[in-house]
Amino acid sequence: MSRNKNVYYIYLLTMFFITLSGFGQMPIFKRYYIADVPGLEWLAKFYITHYIHYTCATLIIGITAYAAADYLMLTGKKLKLTATGYLRGALIAGLIATGILLVIRNFDGYIFSHNLIIFLDLSHLTLVMLFLCTSLYCFIFKKKWTRDSDQ
Amino acid sequence: MTTTISRRSFIKGGIAACAVAASGIPVSASGADKNKQIATLLDIGKCIGCGACVEACSEINAGKFPEPKKPFPKMYPDRVKAEDWSGKKDVNDRLTPYNWLYIQSADVTINGEEKTITIPRRCMHCTNPPCVKLCPWGSAKQLENGISRIDPDLCLGGAKCKEVCPWEIPQRQTGTGLYLDILPAFAGNGVMYKCDRCYNRISEGKLPACIEVCPENVQTIGPRDEIIKKAHALAKETNGYIYGENENGGTNTIYVSPVPFDVLNKAIETGKGKPHLKAVADSMEKANNLVAAMAIAPIAGIAAAVGTFYKHSRKENEVNKDEQK
Repeated sequence: MSRNKNVYYIYLLTMFFITLSGFGQMPIFKRYYIADVPGLEWLAKFYITHYIHYTCATLIIGITAYAAADYLMLTGKKLKLTATGYLRGALIAGLIATGILLVIRNFDGYIFSHNLIIFLDLSHLTLVMLFLCTSLYCFIFKKKWTRDSDQ
Repeated sequence: MTTTISRRSFIKGGIAACAVAASGIPVSASGADKNKQIATLLDIGKCIGCGACVEACSEINAGKFPEPKKPFPKMYPDRVKAEDWSGKKDVNDRLTPYNWLYIQSADVTINGEEKTITIPRRCMHCTNPPCVKLCPWGSAKQLENGISRIDPDLCLGGAKCKEVCPWEIPQRQTGTGLYLDILPAFAGNGVMYKCDRCYNRISEGKLPACIEVCPENVQTIGPRDEIIKKAHALAKETNGYIYGENENGGTNTIYVSPVPFDVLNKAIETGKGKPHLKAVADSMEKANNLVAAMAIAPIAGIAAAVGTFYKHSRKENEVNKDEQK
């Protein structure tokens, strides 16, 4: 993905906002005075964070589809995913899968079982925590998504 | 007692709904048709404000009411205040964790005659309830029969359900629930309580307490599509007005009133624990409309990648041609 810098920067920005708005689904920003910081009031408005989360999810799905298709058709010939690249990709795939099911749940007339909803809520949260930890590890130890295929 | 469905079919429907809910399988839109949810019709013109429904609700649901542990844990930071209704259990002029139904009254003029209209108020049981859909922990649940309820064993009392509810129905009691076993000083603040439309009685084939005891048969219960038809017939017959059919995208509590609801809304007392009667847009609609873009996103992403591939291939061919020359 780093081959296309513009897409990569959009990805980073979207990841930042989707994570922030995702945590905004929990009533924590108001409780901990974060929403009191000028410019961050929106973090305590649940419907606003909900719309932002959906908008960012749309971008992430589009970017992921682009990156996957690009890797299969073009980039994959020269570059190979690293272990941390596979791990991050799998975590994003898990987040998209659980997120899509939660989006379906939110439609009128779709009633999921209570256990499934709890599973989806908790797995979505666990996956994002794992993704954040992995990303931090990759940032500190300079682990890239891809390596040259001849290495 | 006026009901639109027989007791036998009510029991059968309840058992079927429980079986599907227990199976753990997501139900498709067709399987969970909102018109098949169970709704109630409240003929406000019949209500005399006797309060029998309020008393019955408190008696029948007494076992579900909170029993908070005191003293309450100190919270850090103390932004969120403790909410304690345990010493005010008898308050019945608003919604509280100990009072899930109350009678709202409005002084209005009908055909030149001064009259007091009384309105039983409780959870509307929306067909697509934001309290359930937006709960971050899955503590609130919607049953197949359209009842939305909050699980007191799972709720952490963050009150998001109250904030996203257009009527701010759920009410919090501090000092009870799961948060006490996790990080009581830093997260959670009790449990949210609201009408569960006597889900346990309905699963046993019984009527909700408020319906069973009403001496005036104010409420009728049945499948939503039948209740909507009845509401329209009643409104036509009495020149009445309907509330709840389309509010918040549709609810399972349909009021029919001899007075327009905007007039009633101005005449009732509203505020904390006292819900309004304003027209309400569908809270979930805007976000759900964004899903069309979400569905197109992977196609757009793949199309962009194909475009990049085509451009790259053409450039490579041109380079190869130049090299051959």
